[in-house]
This record gives sequence, structure tokens and C-alpha cells, in this order.
Amino acid sequence: MGKLFAVILVIIALASAYPIATHVFVLPEDISTHGHAIDDQLSDTMAEAGFSFLGAQLVLAFFVWKFAERKAGAKLSNIPGGAKLMVAIAFIIVGAEVFALGVLGQKAWANVYFTPPRADALQIQAQAGQFAFYFRYPGADGKFGAIHPDKIDEGNQNYFGLDPANDVESRDDIVTGELAIPVDREIHLLMHAKDVGHSFYVRELRIQQDFVPGLDLSVHFTATKIGKYEIVCTQLCGLGHYNMKAYLNVMSQDDFEKWLKQKASEQ
Amino acid sequence: MRTKIGYAAILAVLIATTIALARPSGGTVDGKVTYEGTPAKQKPIDMSKEPSCAKQYATPPTTETVVTGPNNALANVVVYVSAGAPDEAAPSQAVVFDQKGCRYIPHVLAFQVNQELKVTNEDQTSHNIHPLPKINREWNKSQPPGTPPIVDKYDKMEFIPVKCNVHPWMHGTFAVLKNSHYSVSGDDGSFKLPNLPPGKYTITAWHESYGEQTQEVTISGSETKSVNFVFKAKPY
Repeated sequence: MGKLFAVILVIIALASAYPIATHVFVLPEDISTHGHAIDDQLSDTMAEAGFSFLGAQLVLAFFVWKFAERKAGAKLSNIPGGAKLMVAIAFIIVGAEVFALGVLGQKAWANVYFTPPRADALQIQAQAGQFAFYFRYPGADGKFGAIHPDKIDEGNQNYFGLDPANDVESRDDIVTGELAIPVDREIHLLMHAKDVGHSFYVRELRIQQDFVPGLDLSVHFTATKIGKYEIVCTQLCGLGHYNMKAYLNVMSQDDFEKWLKQKASEQ
Repeated sequence: MRTKIGYAAILAVLIATTIALARPSGGTVDGKVTYEGTPAKQKPIDMSKEPSCAKQYATPPTTETVVTGPNNALANVVVYVSAGAPDEAAPSQAVVFDQKGCRYIPHVLAFQVNQELKVTNEDQTSHNIHPLPKINREWNKSQPPGTPPIVDKYDKMEFIPVKCNVHPWMHGTFAVLKNSHYSVSGDDGSFKLPNLPPGKYTITAWHESYGEQTQEVTISGSETKSVNFVFKAKPY
């Protein structure tokens, strides 16, 4: 019976590792300039965690097999050095693992979060609120009008609380429900939340960044492939969370300019 | 033979009742609501987040905070008798507030205190109706596609903004009124308040963006009096 358990352990371990090792579950195509570093990091992490998992399971199966038919009253023997040494070794192994992942990973992370965007990056503001994303482009003057939360009037499409009556800079601001961007140009997304915590997640961009009420956060990225991708909220934000989404529309520079002109005329 | 006489009698009673009801039992106030100045531009609604609704429109529908018609006509103005008429019991017929294409139809729904209100959802998506009363009881209900209407009533007079918690662009108004003398102006700005017994009335016109105006009118006999309202429009 004990030996059968050992065999089942090995089968479960190998069967779990198989789809990972053969890449059955693939990530969607990466459409960003920084995404390959994130993908490499993900496979490094998966490989490291996978080998540790397999190793642990096989060692466990080996001991189960070896001691499955131990006679009652047989002498127990400890690992040389006792429990203390074993815990110390485990600490060192796990510590080294976490440290290695951290050192390797900080590069991918830092590329996205700890480098400033290029000076000519296109600035777009993103606002998350229950339960929709809205985006704002600065318009012809290149400046965002000030935000007045008391002026928010959703029935009138004033999602950001602009005051066009008194604030000239806000008059040409373009507010949209989809995030259209030109391909191969860096985007600097300025993010704020209107109410509670939300998250901006585009799988293909390999970006997931929380919106935190009261904080002005930002991410920057360059999309390399024309197409339409889904932006979803990945921070449980209330009843309509499941339906909180928008679309990222990556366009050619020409199409983007046309789109922007069209949207400007609708404001 | 007897049955025939019976039918004839019923028919006669029905005809008599219809004639009695159709005859104006009092005076009428009618008129037009217009604006002067430049109203705010109504913006196309971006429904890209809800493709099942967006695809119902060839060109995106616009916001409805100011709806105008030809000759400066102002629509969606609730014109009602705010003083001079007694409070009335609610009619038994329910009013319907429909959600279709991720919009509220009608945008402004007027009905009476304690009258049954039915909120229906014709869309393939869930809505979350959230009326925002200040003096009535507030509620906030989710309505998945294909579910029965939400039924409710309000026991106090109030103009109640209504929003959808899932689709931020959806906005409408419940106008809960104390008597049956009300009318919501159409695209031509016209309204009509019939069946007013002789007396002195205060007529109020309410618009969601421009506030309200009142005028006094005295009705004697079955005359028709015209009352016009002009709202000042601002571009922003």
C-alpha cells in the first residue's frame, strides 16, 4: 500500500510538471517593448519553482517507498546534525532561491517602474471609477485642464470634473472611454482613482498596476503591434467589478491622428 | 332577445361614460417651453465598454442633459401644477422606465406619489438601477438580463436623479408628483394640462439642467390659457 502511494506521488508530480514543461498554457502574445523581460522572469520563476517542486516530490516519494514496509519497533534514525541543521539548510536554500529571483527580477521590474519615460512620451490620463475606465488626452494645447471633483457630472460626460466655463485649458481636453494609442510610441499613463482601489491590467502589454485612491501613479510603455486588446480591472472594486473593462486600441500614427481629430470634434 | 337588450344596455352605458369622460371637465393650460442663448453641446456617448449596447447604434447617441427641438424648443421639461390643486390618489396603472441600448427610456419619467413604477431591462447586459432621492427611501438594485421588472413606488413628491452603477453614462430622472396635472414637454417644447377645475394655480416648469420657473394662472370655466416658459441656456 505504501509503495503504491509512492508511485502515485511520482505520477502526480510528473503529470503536474508536464503541461508546464511543454508550455501547454501559453501567455498571449507580448505586444510591448519591455514584455520579453517579464516573460523571461516568469519562465525563470516557473523553472526554479518547478524544479524545487519536482525535487521535493521525488524525495518524498523515495522516502515513502524506502520506509513503506518498515517493521513495527524498528529503530528510528535522524539526519546527521539533527533538526536544527536541517532547518538552517532549508533557510539557506529557500533564501538563496528568493534572493536569486529578486536579483534577476528587479531588472525587469526596474525597466518598467524605476526609469523615467522619454521626454517625448505621449501623456494620457487614466481615471478608474466604479465601474469604468476613462481616458483624457490634453488636446491641441498639450495641457490638461485642472480637475475639480465637485464638477464631476457623469450624465453630461464630465467624468473628470472639468470646468470649461472658467478653465480654458480644459476646453480642448479629449475624454474617451477607450484607450487609443499610436504604435511604437512611448505612452506615459498618468493614473488616478475616483473612488476606491482599481487596477489597470492588459495581458498583452504585460502591465498590471493598481489605482490607489489619493495617489497619482503612472506607468510607461510602448506597444509594438496594432490591434485591439482588453483592459480589465483586477482589483475587486464592488458589485460591477466583473463588468469593469475598456479597450486598448493600438493604431498606426495616421489612424491615431484621425481618431484624435474625430474625438476632438465630439467634445 | 333578453341578452340582446342586455348588451344594448351595457353598450349605452359604455358610450355615455366615454362621452362624459371625453368632455373637458374644466379648463386647460397649454404652452411651449423654449430656451434663449446657446445650450451646452450634447456629446456622443462612448459605449465601447459595453459592445452589446454600442452595436445598437449606427452613430453614437448623445447625452440628454439638454434636449432641444426646432425653434429653440426645450424638451424633457416637467410642467406641473405645484399649488392650487388638491393631492390625488395614485392611478392604478403602472408607469414603465425602460433600459434599452444602455439608455433610460424615457429620460425623464413623471408619475404620481404612490403610483406603481416598473423598471424593465431589455438589454443583454446587467444594469444596476440607483435612484438618488434625498427625502424618499433610497435603493440600489441589480437587474440581470431577462429578469422580471423591478417594482417600487415613492411616497413623497421629489425630483429624483437616477443612475446606473455599472454604466456611468446612464442618467435619468423620476419626477414624483402629487397630482395628475402634469406634462413633460416633447421635442417641440409643447405641453398641455387639461381638466383643470376653475381656480387659481401655480404652474411650475422644471428642467434637469436649468432649474425651475413658476407662473400663476387663473382658470374660469372651460377656457384654455397659454403659458410659456423661457429658460436661459449657457454653453458650459
